[in-house]
Amino acid sequence: MAEPLLSVKGLAKRFGGVNATSDLHLDVMPGEIHAVIGPNGAGKTTLIAQLSGMLKPDQGTIVFDGADITRLSAAARSKRGLARSFQVTSVFRDFTATDNVVLSIQAHSGHSFRFWQPVRKETELYDAARRVLDQVGLKDRAGELAGVLSHGEQRRLEIAMALATGPKLLLLDEPLAGMGPEDSARMARFLGTLKGRYTILLIEHDMDVVFALADRITVLDYGQAIASGTPEEIHADPEVRRAYLGEDSLDEEGGATGC
Amino acid sequence: MNLRAHATPRSLFTFAVLALCALMPFIAPAIGQDYYVDVFIRIMIWAIAAVSLNLILGYGGMVSFGHAMFLGLGAYTVGILSYYEIYSAFIQWPLALLIGAVVSLGVGAICLRTKGVYFIMITLAFAQMIYFLGVSADEYGSDDGLIIDERSQLGGVLDLDDGLTFYYVVFAFLLLSLFIVKRLVNARFGMVIKGIRSNEDRMQAIGFPTYRYKLACFVIAGVLGTLAGILFANFEKFISPDMMYWTRSGEMIFMVVLGGMGSLFGPVSGAVVYLFLSEFLSNITEQWHIIFGPFLILVVIFARGGIDGLLGGKRRHHG
Ligand SMILES: Nc1ncnc2c1ncn2[C@@H]1O[C@H](COP(=O)(O)OP(=O)(O)OP(=O)(O)O)[C@@H](O)[C@H]1O
Ligand SMILES: [Mg+2]
Repeated sequence: MAEPLLSVKGLAKRFGGVNATSDLHLDVMPGEIHAVIGPNGAGKTTLIAQLSGMLKPDQGTIVFDGADITRLSAAARSKRGLARSFQVTSVFRDFTATDNVVLSIQAHSGHSFRFWQPVRKETELYDAARRVLDQVGLKDRAGELAGVLSHGEQRRLEIAMALATGPKLLLLDEPLAGMGPEDSARMARFLGTLKGRYTILLIEHDMDVVFALADRITVLDYGQAIASGTPEEIHADPEVRRAYLGEDSLDEEGGATGC
Repeated sequence: MNLRAHATPRSLFTFAVLALCALMPFIAPAIGQDYYVDVFIRIMIWAIAAVSLNLILGYGGMVSFGHAMFLGLGAYTVGILSYYEIYSAFIQWPLALLIGAVVSLGVGAICLRTKGVYFIMITLAFAQMIYFLGVSADEYGSDDGLIIDERSQLGGVLDLDDGLTFYYVVFAFLLLSLFIVKRLVNARFGMVIKGIRSNEDRMQAIGFPTYRYKLACFVIAGVLGTLAGILFANFEKFISPDMMYWTRSGEMIFMVVLGGMGSLFGPVSGAVVYLFLSEFLSNITEQWHIIFGPFLILVVIFARGGIDGLLGGKRRHHG
Protein backbone atom coordinates (compact mmCIF):
# COMPACT_ATOMS: atom_id res chain seq x y z
CA MET A 1 0.00 0.00 0.00
CA ALA A 2 1.18 3.50 -0.86
CA GLU A 3 2.13 6.08 1.74
CA PRO A 4 -0.65 8.48 2.64
CA LEU A 5 -0.17 11.99 1.25
CA LEU A 6 -1.58 13.46 4.44
CA SER A 7 -1.47 11.78 7.78
CA VAL A 8 -3.02 13.30 10.88
CA LYS A 9 -2.27 11.73 14.26
CA GLY A 10 -3.81 12.51 17.60
CA LEU A 11 -4.87 16.02 16.63
CA ALA A 12 -6.60 18.02 19.36
CA LYS A 13 -7.88 21.56 19.68
CA ARG A 14 -9.96 23.08 22.44
CA PHE A 15 -11.80 26.39 22.48
CA GLY A 16 -12.52 27.04 26.14
CA GLY A 17 -14.71 24.12 27.06
CA VAL A 18 -15.37 22.99 23.51
CA ASN A 19 -13.40 20.09 22.04
CA ALA A 20 -13.38 21.28 18.45
CA THR A 21 -10.91 18.54 17.52
CA SER A 22 -10.21 15.63 19.77
CA ASP A 23 -7.71 12.81 19.26
CA LEU A 24 -8.32 12.87 15.56
CA HIS A 25 -6.61 10.40 13.23
CA LEU A 26 -6.98 10.74 9.51
CA ASP A 27 -5.11 9.54 6.40
CA VAL A 28 -5.59 10.87 2.91
CA MET A 29 -4.18 8.65 0.17
CA PRO A 30 -2.70 10.07 -3.01
CA GLY A 31 -5.27 10.55 -5.73
CA GLU A 32 -8.35 10.01 -3.61
CA ILE A 33 -11.23 12.28 -2.78
CA HIS A 34 -11.62 11.94 0.92
CA ALA A 35 -14.81 13.48 2.23
CA VAL A 36 -15.17 14.66 5.80
CA ILE A 37 -18.75 14.98 6.90
CA GLY A 38 -20.41 15.74 10.19
CA PRO A 39 -23.14 17.90 11.70
CA ASN A 40 -22.78 21.65 12.20
CA GLY A 41 -20.14 22.42 14.75
CA ALA A 42 -18.51 18.99 14.42
CA GLY A 43 -15.12 20.63 13.90
CA LYS A 44 -14.68 20.34 10.15
CA THR A 45 -13.60 23.91 9.53
CA THR A 46 -11.40 23.80 12.61
CA LEU A 47 -9.71 20.74 11.13
CA ILE A 48 -9.05 22.53 7.85
CA ALA A 49 -7.73 25.55 9.72
CA GLN A 50 -5.20 23.34 11.51
CA LEU A 51 -4.23 21.48 8.37
CA SER A 52 -3.68 24.70 6.46
CA GLY A 53 -1.68 26.27 9.28
CA MET A 54 -4.04 29.07 10.21
CA LEU A 55 -4.73 27.57 13.62
CA LYS A 56 -2.22 25.87 15.93
CA PRO A 57 -3.31 22.49 17.25
CA ASP A 58 -2.96 21.85 20.98
CA GLN A 59 -1.72 18.34 20.33
CA GLY A 60 -0.94 15.94 17.56
CA THR A 61 1.09 15.85 14.39
CA ILE A 62 0.37 16.53 10.76
CA VAL A 63 2.57 14.79 8.21
CA PHE A 64 2.23 15.93 4.63
CA ASP A 65 4.13 14.51 1.69
CA GLY A 66 6.60 12.80 3.99
CA ALA A 67 7.40 15.80 6.19
CA ASP A 68 6.12 16.91 9.57
CA ILE A 69 4.41 20.22 8.88
CA THR A 70 2.74 20.65 12.26
CA ARG A 71 4.74 23.73 13.06
CA LEU A 72 4.94 25.32 9.63
CA SER A 73 3.23 28.59 8.77
CA ALA A 74 0.28 28.69 6.41
CA ALA A 75 2.45 30.22 3.70
CA ALA A 76 5.10 27.53 4.04
CA ARG A 77 2.47 24.81 3.77
CA SER A 78 1.08 26.43 0.68
CA LYS A 79 4.58 26.37 -0.80
CA ARG A 80 4.73 22.63 -0.13
CA GLY A 81 1.55 22.06 -2.07
CA LEU A 82 -1.29 22.39 0.37
CA ALA A 83 -4.14 24.60 -0.80
CA ARG A 84 -7.43 25.44 0.84
CA SER A 85 -10.69 27.06 -0.02
CA PHE A 86 -12.84 28.83 2.52
CA GLN A 87 -16.34 28.01 3.67
CA VAL A 88 -17.02 31.72 3.97
CA THR A 89 -15.85 33.17 0.67
CA SER A 90 -12.49 34.84 1.10
CA VAL A 91 -11.30 36.57 -2.04
CA PHE A 92 -9.64 39.90 -2.81
CA ARG A 93 -12.82 41.85 -3.37
CA ASP A 94 -11.18 44.98 -4.74
CA PHE A 95 -9.05 43.01 -7.20
CA THR A 96 -10.29 41.74 -10.54
CA ALA A 97 -11.00 38.04 -10.87
CA THR A 98 -7.85 37.77 -12.95
CA ASP A 99 -5.70 39.50 -10.36
CA ASN A 100 -7.08 37.22 -7.65
CA VAL A 101 -5.75 34.26 -9.56
CA VAL A 102 -2.57 36.05 -10.61
CA LEU A 103 -1.72 36.53 -6.94
CA SER A 104 -2.03 32.80 -6.34
CA ILE A 105 0.25 32.02 -9.24
CA GLN A 106 2.67 34.77 -8.30
CA ALA A 107 3.00 33.28 -4.82
CA HIS A 108 4.28 30.08 -6.42
CA SER A 109 6.59 31.43 -9.06
CA GLY A 110 9.58 32.80 -7.23
CA HIS A 111 9.65 35.52 -4.61
CA SER A 112 7.87 38.84 -4.90
CA PHE A 113 10.63 41.13 -3.74
CA ARG A 114 10.60 42.54 -7.21
CA PHE A 115 10.18 46.24 -6.88
CA TRP A 116 10.56 47.64 -10.33
CA GLN A 117 9.10 45.68 -13.24
CA PRO A 118 5.34 46.04 -13.65
CA VAL A 119 3.49 42.77 -13.03
CA ARG A 120 1.41 43.52 -16.10
CA LYS A 121 4.44 42.71 -18.21
CA GLU A 122 4.67 39.19 -16.87
CA THR A 123 2.41 37.80 -19.54
CA GLU A 124 2.98 34.20 -18.47
CA LEU A 125 1.30 35.01 -15.12
CA TYR A 126 -1.72 36.39 -16.92
CA ASP A 127 -1.87 33.58 -19.45
CA ALA A 128 -1.79 31.05 -16.65
CA ALA A 129 -4.49 32.96 -14.76
CA ARG A 130 -6.71 33.02 -17.82
CA ARG A 131 -6.38 29.26 -18.19
CA VAL A 132 -7.43 28.69 -14.59
CA LEU A 133 -10.37 31.09 -14.92
CA ASP A 134 -11.40 29.30 -18.08
CA GLN A 135 -11.33 26.02 -16.20
CA VAL A 136 -13.85 27.27 -13.64
CA GLY A 137 -15.95 29.04 -16.26
CA LEU A 138 -15.07 32.59 -15.27
CA LYS A 139 -13.27 33.61 -18.44
CA ASP A 140 -15.97 36.10 -19.39
CA ARG A 141 -15.84 37.67 -15.94
CA ALA A 142 -12.07 37.96 -15.78
CA GLY A 143 -12.00 41.76 -15.73
CA GLU A 144 -14.70 42.22 -13.09
CA LEU A 145 -13.89 43.05 -9.50
CA ALA A 146 -14.27 39.95 -7.37
CA GLY A 147 -16.57 41.87 -5.05
CA VAL A 148 -19.20 42.39 -7.75
CA LEU A 149 -19.29 38.77 -8.90
CA SER A 150 -22.35 36.73 -7.97
CA HIS A 151 -22.10 34.39 -5.01
CA GLY A 152 -21.77 31.37 -7.27
CA GLU A 153 -19.03 33.05 -9.27
CA GLN A 154 -17.17 34.03 -6.13
CA ARG A 155 -17.32 30.43 -4.96
CA ARG A 156 -15.77 29.33 -8.23
CA LEU A 157 -13.11 32.01 -7.94
CA GLU A 158 -12.43 30.71 -4.46
CA ILE A 159 -11.63 27.27 -5.93
CA ALA A 160 -9.71 28.80 -8.84
CA MET A 161 -7.38 30.57 -6.40
CA ALA A 162 -6.65 27.28 -4.66
CA LEU A 163 -6.11 25.44 -7.95
CA ALA A 164 -3.81 28.17 -9.24
CA THR A 165 -1.25 27.38 -6.55
CA GLY A 166 -0.65 24.04 -8.25
CA PRO A 167 -1.45 22.02 -5.14
CA LYS A 168 -0.70 18.41 -4.27
CA LEU A 169 -3.64 18.40 -1.89
CA LEU A 170 -6.78 20.48 -2.06
CA LEU A 171 -8.67 21.19 1.14
CA LEU A 172 -12.15 22.26 0.11
CA ASP A 173 -14.38 23.62 2.84
CA GLU A 174 -17.97 23.31 1.66
CA PRO A 175 -17.51 24.41 -1.94
CA LEU A 176 -21.30 24.37 -2.39
CA ALA A 177 -22.01 26.53 0.65
CA GLY A 178 -24.91 28.92 0.15
CA MET A 179 -25.45 28.04 -3.50
CA GLY A 180 -28.73 27.70 -5.32
CA PRO A 181 -29.56 24.46 -7.14
CA GLU A 182 -28.17 25.62 -10.47
CA ASP A 183 -24.84 26.83 -9.11
CA SER A 184 -24.61 23.72 -6.93
CA ALA A 185 -25.09 21.41 -9.87
CA ARG A 186 -22.48 23.29 -11.82
CA MET A 187 -19.97 23.19 -8.98
CA ALA A 188 -20.63 19.48 -8.41
CA ARG A 189 -19.95 18.83 -12.08
CA PHE A 190 -16.78 20.82 -11.84
CA LEU A 191 -15.60 18.92 -8.77
CA GLY A 192 -16.26 15.75 -10.76
CA THR A 193 -13.76 16.91 -13.36
CA LEU A 194 -11.11 17.21 -10.64
CA LYS A 195 -11.56 13.61 -9.55
CA GLY A 196 -8.52 11.53 -10.38
CA ARG A 197 -6.45 14.63 -11.16
CA TYR A 198 -6.19 16.00 -7.66
CA THR A 199 -6.04 14.62 -4.18
CA ILE A 200 -8.87 16.29 -2.31
CA LEU A 201 -10.05 16.53 1.25
CA LEU A 202 -13.65 17.53 0.72
CA ILE A 203 -15.95 18.92 3.35
CA GLU A 204 -19.50 19.06 2.17
CA HIS A 205 -22.99 18.92 3.56
CA ASP A 206 -24.62 17.88 0.30
CA MET A 207 -24.77 14.11 0.64
CA ASP A 208 -25.56 13.52 -3.02
CA VAL A 209 -22.31 15.18 -3.95
CA VAL A 210 -20.35 13.46 -1.22
CA PHE A 211 -21.56 9.99 -2.08
CA ALA A 212 -21.12 10.61 -5.79
CA LEU A 213 -17.55 11.87 -5.54
CA ALA A 214 -15.86 10.45 -2.47
CA ASP A 215 -13.57 7.44 -2.52
CA ARG A 216 -13.57 7.43 1.25
CA ILE A 217 -15.56 9.22 3.90
CA THR A 218 -14.68 10.13 7.45
CA VAL A 219 -17.47 11.13 9.79
CA LEU A 220 -16.73 13.72 12.44
CA ASP A 221 -18.78 14.27 15.54
CA TYR A 222 -17.70 16.45 18.45
CA GLY A 223 -14.26 16.73 16.91
CA GLN A 224 -13.74 12.99 16.73
CA ALA A 225 -13.70 10.61 13.80
CA ILE A 226 -16.52 8.25 14.66
CA ALA A 227 -16.27 6.30 11.42
CA SER A 228 -14.15 6.08 8.30
CA GLY A 229 -14.55 3.96 5.22
CA THR A 230 -15.89 3.64 1.71
CA PRO A 231 -19.20 5.31 0.90
CA GLU A 232 -20.87 1.90 1.10
CA GLU A 233 -19.46 1.21 4.55
CA ILE A 234 -20.45 4.64 5.81
CA HIS A 235 -23.86 4.22 4.29
CA ALA A 236 -24.33 1.02 6.23
CA ASP A 237 -22.78 2.13 9.51
CA PRO A 238 -25.51 2.25 12.14
CA GLU A 239 -23.65 4.69 14.38
CA VAL A 240 -23.21 7.15 11.54
CA ARG A 241 -26.88 6.96 10.69
CA ARG A 242 -27.74 7.69 14.28
CA ALA A 243 -25.24 10.50 14.78
CA TYR A 244 -25.56 12.36 11.59
CA LEU A 245 -27.29 11.07 8.56
CA GLY A 246 -30.64 10.48 10.15
CA GLU A 247 -32.37 7.15 9.65
CA ASP A 248 -34.62 8.27 6.86
CA SER A 249 -32.49 10.45 4.71
CA LEU A 250 -30.40 7.58 3.42
CA ASP A 251 -33.15 5.04 2.87
CA GLU A 252 -34.45 7.05 0.01
CA GLU A 253 -30.98 7.55 -1.47
CA GLY A 254 -30.12 11.18 -1.67
CA GLY A 255 -31.55 13.12 1.24
CA ALA A 256 -29.45 16.17 0.74
CA THR A 257 -29.08 17.87 4.06
CA GLY A 258 -28.53 21.54 3.62
CA CYS A 259 -26.38 23.54 5.90
CA MET B 1 3.57 62.25 -14.50
CA ASN B 2 0.33 60.34 -14.54
CA LEU B 3 -0.70 61.99 -17.73
CA ARG B 4 -1.43 59.42 -20.38
CA ALA B 5 -3.32 59.23 -23.63
CA HIS B 6 -6.43 61.17 -22.62
CA ALA B 7 -7.17 63.86 -20.13
CA THR B 8 -9.44 63.03 -17.21
CA PRO B 9 -10.30 65.46 -14.40
CA ARG B 10 -7.87 63.47 -12.36
CA SER B 11 -4.94 63.67 -14.74
CA LEU B 12 -5.62 67.35 -15.41
CA PHE B 13 -5.58 68.05 -11.70
CA THR B 14 -2.33 66.13 -11.26
CA PHE B 15 -0.81 68.02 -14.15
CA ALA B 16 -2.03 71.36 -12.80
CA VAL B 17 -0.62 70.78 -9.33
CA LEU B 18 2.73 69.61 -10.65
CA ALA B 19 2.88 72.51 -13.10
CA LEU B 20 2.12 74.90 -10.27
CA CYS B 21 4.95 73.37 -8.26
CA ALA B 22 7.29 73.55 -11.24
CA LEU B 23 6.56 77.19 -11.99
CA MET B 24 5.95 78.67 -8.57
CA PRO B 25 9.39 80.33 -8.29
CA PHE B 26 8.34 82.39 -11.33
CA ILE B 27 4.65 82.79 -10.55
CA ALA B 28 5.14 84.00 -6.99
CA PRO B 29 7.26 87.08 -7.76
CA ALA B 30 5.04 87.86 -10.74
CA ILE B 31 1.98 88.14 -8.54
CA GLY B 32 3.93 89.86 -5.80
CA GLN B 33 3.60 87.05 -3.29
CA ASP B 34 7.17 85.93 -2.91
CA TYR B 35 6.47 83.97 0.25
CA TYR B 36 4.50 81.45 -1.84
CA VAL B 37 7.81 79.93 -2.83
CA ASP B 38 8.41 78.96 0.77
CA VAL B 39 4.83 77.82 1.16
CA PHE B 40 5.33 75.49 -1.78
CA ILE B 41 8.61 74.13 -0.53
CA ARG B 42 6.88 73.26 2.69
CA ILE B 43 3.98 71.70 0.80
CA MET B 44 6.31 69.60 -1.32
CA ILE B 45 8.26 68.33 1.66
CA TRP B 46 5.07 67.38 3.45
CA ALA B 47 3.90 65.80 0.23
CA ILE B 48 6.98 63.57 0.14
CA ALA B 49 6.27 62.56 3.72
CA ALA B 50 2.62 61.87 2.89
CA VAL B 51 3.55 59.92 -0.24
CA SER B 52 5.79 57.72 1.88
CA LEU B 53 3.11 57.22 4.50
CA ASN B 54 0.61 56.37 1.78
CA LEU B 55 2.75 53.40 0.82
CA ILE B 56 2.10 51.67 4.14
CA LEU B 57 -1.20 53.29 5.08
CA GLY B 58 -2.95 53.58 1.73
CA TYR B 59 -1.56 50.67 -0.24
CA GLY B 60 -0.64 48.37 2.61
CA GLY B 61 -3.51 49.13 4.97
CA MET B 62 -1.13 49.50 7.93
CA VAL B 63 -2.26 52.48 9.95
CA SER B 64 1.02 53.80 11.28
CA PHE B 65 0.53 56.62 13.74
CA GLY B 66 4.23 57.19 14.12
CA HIS B 67 5.44 58.34 10.77
CA ALA B 68 6.71 61.66 12.14
CA MET B 69 9.51 59.72 13.81
CA PHE B 70 11.15 59.38 10.41
CA LEU B 71 10.89 63.08 9.74
CA GLY B 72 12.60 63.53 13.07
CA LEU B 73 15.34 61.00 12.35
CA GLY B 74 16.16 62.62 9.02
CA ALA B 75 16.11 66.13 10.42
CA TYR B 76 18.06 65.30 13.56
CA THR B 77 20.77 63.44 11.69
CA VAL B 78 21.32 66.48 9.50
CA GLY B 79 21.03 68.85 12.46
CA ILE B 80 23.35 66.98 14.78
CA LEU B 81 26.00 66.43 12.13
CA SER B 82 25.92 70.16 11.32
CA TYR B 83 26.32 70.84 15.02
CA TYR B 84 29.66 69.03 14.72
CA GLU B 85 30.32 70.97 11.54
CA ILE B 86 29.89 68.03 9.24
CA TYR B 87 27.96 69.60 6.43
CA SER B 88 28.68 67.30 3.53
CA ALA B 89 25.48 65.92 2.07
CA PHE B 90 27.44 62.86 1.04
CA ILE B 91 27.89 62.03 4.70
CA GLN B 92 24.69 63.50 6.14
CA TRP B 93 22.18 62.06 3.74
CA PRO B 94 23.37 58.45 3.42
CA LEU B 95 23.81 58.30 7.17
CA ALA B 96 20.32 59.71 7.77
CA LEU B 97 18.76 57.26 5.32
CA LEU B 98 20.69 54.41 6.88
CA ILE B 99 19.46 55.39 10.34
CA GLY B 100 15.94 55.64 8.94
CA ALA B 101 16.28 52.15 7.47
CA VAL B 102 17.69 50.59 10.62
CA VAL B 103 15.14 52.20 12.92
CA SER B 104 12.21 51.36 10.65
CA LEU B 105 13.48 47.79 10.45
CA GLY B 106 13.62 47.49 14.22
CA VAL B 107 10.40 49.35 14.94
CA GLY B 108 8.58 47.61 12.09
CA ALA B 109 9.80 44.18 13.19
CA ILE B 110 8.13 44.73 16.56
CA CYS B 111 5.04 46.71 15.54
CA LEU B 112 4.10 44.41 12.68
CA ARG B 113 3.61 41.54 15.10
CA THR B 114 0.43 43.35 16.06
CA LYS B 115 -2.60 44.43 14.08
CA GLY B 116 -5.37 46.98 14.06
CA VAL B 117 -5.62 49.25 17.07
CA TYR B 118 -2.55 47.68 18.67
CA PHE B 119 -0.49 48.53 15.64
CA ILE B 120 -1.71 52.13 15.76
CA MET B 121 -0.88 52.41 19.45
CA ILE B 122 2.53 50.80 19.30
CA THR B 123 3.72 52.86 16.32
CA LEU B 124 2.53 55.93 18.21
CA ALA B 125 4.42 54.78 21.29
CA PHE B 126 7.68 54.33 19.37
CA ALA B 127 7.34 57.74 17.77
CA GLN B 128 6.76 59.33 21.15
CA MET B 129 9.81 57.55 22.51
CA ILE B 130 11.93 59.12 19.81
CA TYR B 131 10.21 62.45 20.41
CA PHE B 132 11.17 62.33 24.08
CA LEU B 133 14.67 61.37 23.10
CA GLY B 134 14.77 64.69 21.25
CA VAL B 135 13.24 66.54 24.19
CA SER B 136 15.82 65.15 26.58
CA ALA B 137 18.78 65.82 24.28
CA ASP B 138 20.11 68.86 26.15
CA GLU B 139 23.22 68.99 24.05
CA TYR B 140 21.06 69.57 20.99
CA GLY B 141 18.75 72.15 22.45
CA SER B 142 16.12 69.78 23.87
CA ASP B 143 12.73 71.51 23.57
CA ASP B 144 14.10 74.67 22.01
CA GLY B 145 15.74 72.87 19.17
CA LEU B 146 18.89 73.60 17.31
CA ILE B 147 19.76 76.12 14.64
CA ILE B 148 21.59 74.78 11.62
CA ASP B 149 24.21 77.18 10.33
CA GLU B 150 24.49 75.90 6.82
CA ARG B 151 22.50 73.72 4.52
CA SER B 152 23.94 70.40 3.41
CA GLN B 153 26.85 70.88 1.06
CA LEU B 154 26.84 69.02 -2.19
CA GLY B 155 30.51 69.66 -2.86
CA GLY B 156 30.06 72.27 -5.54
CA VAL B 157 27.59 70.21 -7.56
CA LEU B 158 24.63 72.22 -6.36
CA ASP B 159 24.36 75.07 -3.93
CA LEU B 160 21.38 74.46 -1.66
CA ASP B 161 21.76 77.88 -0.10
CA ASP B 162 20.58 79.24 -3.38
CA GLY B 163 16.80 79.48 -2.98
CA LEU B 164 15.95 78.49 -6.52
CA THR B 165 18.31 75.52 -6.49
CA PHE B 166 16.92 74.31 -3.21
CA TYR B 167 13.38 74.66 -4.51
CA TYR B 168 14.06 72.48 -7.51
CA VAL B 169 15.98 69.92 -5.51
CA VAL B 170 12.89 69.48 -3.35
CA PHE B 171 10.69 69.35 -6.43
CA ALA B 172 12.95 66.72 -7.99
CA PHE B 173 12.76 64.62 -4.83
CA LEU B 174 8.98 64.87 -4.88
CA LEU B 175 8.90 63.60 -8.46
CA LEU B 176 11.40 60.91 -7.56
CA SER B 177 9.37 59.63 -4.63
CA LEU B 178 6.21 59.60 -6.76
CA PHE B 179 8.08 57.67 -9.42
CA ILE B 180 9.46 55.18 -6.91
CA VAL B 181 6.05 54.56 -5.36
CA LYS B 182 4.47 54.22 -8.79
CA ARG B 183 6.96 51.55 -9.82
CA LEU B 184 6.68 49.77 -6.48
CA VAL B 185 2.92 49.49 -6.39
CA ASN B 186 2.70 48.23 -9.95
CA ALA B 187 5.44 45.66 -9.46
CA ARG B 188 5.01 42.23 -7.90
CA PHE B 189 5.83 43.77 -4.56
CA GLY B 190 2.94 46.20 -4.87
CA MET B 191 0.52 43.41 -5.76
CA VAL B 192 1.50 41.69 -2.53
CA ILE B 193 1.16 44.86 -0.47
CA LYS B 194 -2.27 45.62 -1.90
CA GLY B 195 -3.29 42.00 -1.48
CA ILE B 196 -2.37 42.17 2.19
CA ARG B 197 -4.54 45.25 2.65
CA SER B 198 -7.38 43.49 0.92
CA ASN B 199 -7.24 40.15 2.73
CA GLU B 200 -4.17 39.12 4.67
CA ASP B 201 -5.43 35.67 5.70
CA ARG B 202 -6.02 34.78 2.12
CA MET B 203 -2.58 36.00 1.18
CA GLN B 204 -1.07 33.59 3.67
CA ALA B 205 -3.31 30.79 2.51
CA ILE B 206 -2.15 31.18 -1.08
CA GLY B 207 1.46 31.13 0.03
CA PHE B 208 2.71 34.61 0.88
CA PRO B 209 4.72 35.01 4.09
CA THR B 210 3.05 38.38 4.61
CA TYR B 211 5.12 39.58 7.55
CA ARG B 212 8.34 40.05 5.62
CA TYR B 213 6.59 41.91 2.82
CA LYS B 214 4.94 44.25 5.28
CA LEU B 215 8.27 44.81 6.96
CA ALA B 216 9.95 45.62 3.66
CA CYS B 217 7.14 48.06 2.91
CA PHE B 218 7.49 49.66 6.33
CA VAL B 219 11.22 50.13 5.80
CA ILE B 220 10.84 51.67 2.33
CA ALA B 221 8.23 54.07 3.68
CA GLY B 222 10.48 54.85 6.64
CA VAL B 223 13.42 55.67 4.40
CA LEU B 224 11.31 57.92 2.17
CA GLY B 225 9.95 59.61 5.29
CA THR B 226 13.52 60.16 6.46
CA LEU B 227 14.25 61.85 3.14
CA ALA B 228 11.46 64.32 3.88
CA GLY B 229 13.09 64.95 7.26
CA ILE B 230 16.45 65.66 5.63
CA LEU B 231 14.83 68.24 3.40
CA PHE B 232 12.93 69.73 6.32
CA ALA B 233 16.04 70.37 8.34
CA ASN B 234 17.64 71.98 5.32
CA PHE B 235 14.63 74.12 4.58
CA GLU B 236 14.04 75.42 8.10
CA LYS B 237 17.74 75.41 9.00
CA PHE B 238 16.38 74.42 12.33
CA ILE B 239 15.38 71.22 14.12
CA SER B 240 13.24 70.67 17.17
CA PRO B 241 11.37 67.77 18.70
CA ASP B 242 8.17 69.47 17.58
CA MET B 243 8.58 68.04 14.08
CA MET B 244 8.18 64.54 15.44
CA TYR B 245 5.41 65.19 17.91
CA TRP B 246 2.47 62.83 17.55
CA THR B 247 0.22 65.51 16.07
CA ARG B 248 2.61 65.60 13.11
CA SER B 249 1.94 61.94 12.48
CA GLY B 250 -1.75 62.71 12.74
CA GLU B 251 -1.45 65.52 10.21
CA MET B 252 0.24 63.19 7.76
CA ILE B 253 -2.57 60.67 8.14
CA PHE B 254 -5.05 63.46 7.42
CA MET B 255 -3.18 64.43 4.28
CA VAL B 256 -3.26 60.86 3.02
CA VAL B 257 -6.93 60.38 3.87
CA LEU B 258 -7.87 63.77 2.49
CA GLY B 259 -6.04 63.11 -0.75
CA GLY B 260 -7.21 59.56 -1.18
CA MET B 261 -5.64 56.49 0.37
CA GLY B 262 -3.92 54.18 -2.02
CA SER B 263 -3.89 56.57 -4.95
CA LEU B 264 -0.52 57.64 -6.24
CA PHE B 265 -1.07 61.38 -6.35
CA GLY B 266 -3.66 61.58 -3.57
CA PRO B 267 -1.20 62.39 -0.78
CA VAL B 268 0.20 65.31 -2.80
CA SER B 269 -3.29 66.74 -3.27
CA GLY B 270 -3.90 66.09 0.39
CA ALA B 271 -0.78 67.97 1.42
CA VAL B 272 -1.65 70.91 -0.84
CA VAL B 273 -5.22 71.22 0.40
CA TYR B 274 -4.35 70.54 4.02
CA LEU B 275 -1.58 73.12 4.20
CA PHE B 276 -3.48 75.75 2.25
CA LEU B 277 -6.61 75.30 4.30
CA SER B 278 -4.75 75.44 7.59
CA GLU B 279 -2.88 78.53 6.39
CA PHE B 280 -6.08 80.17 5.19
CA LEU B 281 -8.15 79.25 8.23
CA SER B 282 -5.48 80.22 10.72
CA ASN B 283 -5.47 83.69 9.14
CA ILE B 284 -9.18 84.00 9.80
CA THR B 285 -9.31 82.74 13.34
CA GLU B 286 -7.13 81.48 16.14
CA GLN B 287 -9.50 78.59 16.70
CA TRP B 288 -9.09 77.25 13.19
CA HIS B 289 -8.89 73.70 14.44
CA ILE B 290 -12.55 73.92 15.38
CA ILE B 291 -13.46 74.41 11.74
CA PHE B 292 -10.81 72.09 10.43
CA GLY B 293 -11.72 69.11 12.59
CA PRO B 294 -15.33 68.78 11.41
CA PHE B 295 -14.22 69.39 7.82
CA LEU B 296 -11.88 66.42 8.01
CA ILE B 297 -14.57 64.28 9.54
CA LEU B 298 -16.93 65.20 6.72
CA VAL B 299 -14.31 64.27 4.16
CA VAL B 300 -13.78 60.91 5.77
CA ILE B 301 -17.51 60.21 5.91
CA PHE B 302 -18.70 61.61 2.59
CA ALA B 303 -15.71 61.48 0.31
CA ARG B 304 -14.38 58.03 0.89
CA GLY B 305 -11.76 58.19 -1.79
CA GLY B 306 -10.71 61.70 -0.72
CA ILE B 307 -9.82 64.24 -3.37
CA ASP B 308 -8.73 61.47 -5.70
CA GLY B 309 -12.17 59.90 -5.33
CA LEU B 310 -13.91 63.20 -6.12
CA LEU B 311 -11.81 63.50 -9.26
CA GLY B 312 -13.09 60.15 -10.43
CA GLY B 313 -10.17 57.99 -9.41
CA LYS B 314 -11.04 54.56 -8.19
CA ARG B 315 -9.22 51.81 -6.53
CA ARG B 316 -9.39 49.35 -9.30
CA HIS B 317 -6.98 46.75 -10.46
CA HIS B 318 -7.44 46.02 -14.11
CA GLY B 319 -7.28 42.45 -15.26
N1 LIG C 1 -12.36 30.65 17.01
C1 LIG C 1 -13.21 29.94 17.78
N2 LIG C 1 -13.38 30.25 19.07
C2 LIG C 1 -14.20 29.54 19.85
N3 LIG C 1 -14.90 28.47 19.42
C3 LIG C 1 -14.78 28.11 18.15
C4 LIG C 1 -13.92 28.83 17.25
N4 LIG C 1 -13.98 28.24 16.03
C5 LIG C 1 -14.84 27.20 16.17
N5 LIG C 1 -15.32 27.11 17.42
C6 LIG C 1 -16.21 26.08 17.93
O1 LIG C 1 -15.66 24.84 17.60
C7 LIG C 1 -16.65 23.95 17.17
C8 LIG C 1 -16.35 23.46 15.77
O2 LIG C 1 -16.54 24.52 14.86
P1 LIG C 1 -16.30 24.36 13.30
O3 LIG C 1 -16.50 25.67 12.69
O4 LIG C 1 -15.01 23.67 13.07
O5 LIG C 1 -17.49 23.39 12.87
P2 LIG C 1 -17.91 22.88 11.44
O6 LIG C 1 -17.91 21.40 11.50
O7 LIG C 1 -17.09 23.50 10.40
O8 LIG C 1 -19.40 23.40 11.34
P3 LIG C 1 -20.25 23.88 10.08
O9 LIG C 1 -20.79 22.67 9.43
O10 LIG C 1 -21.34 24.70 10.68
O11 LIG C 1 -19.34 24.67 9.22
C9 LIG C 1 -17.98 24.69 17.28
O12 LIG C 1 -18.54 24.35 18.52
C10 LIG C 1 -17.57 26.13 17.26
O13 LIG C 1 -18.48 26.92 17.99
MG1 LIG D 1 -17.44 24.75 8.84
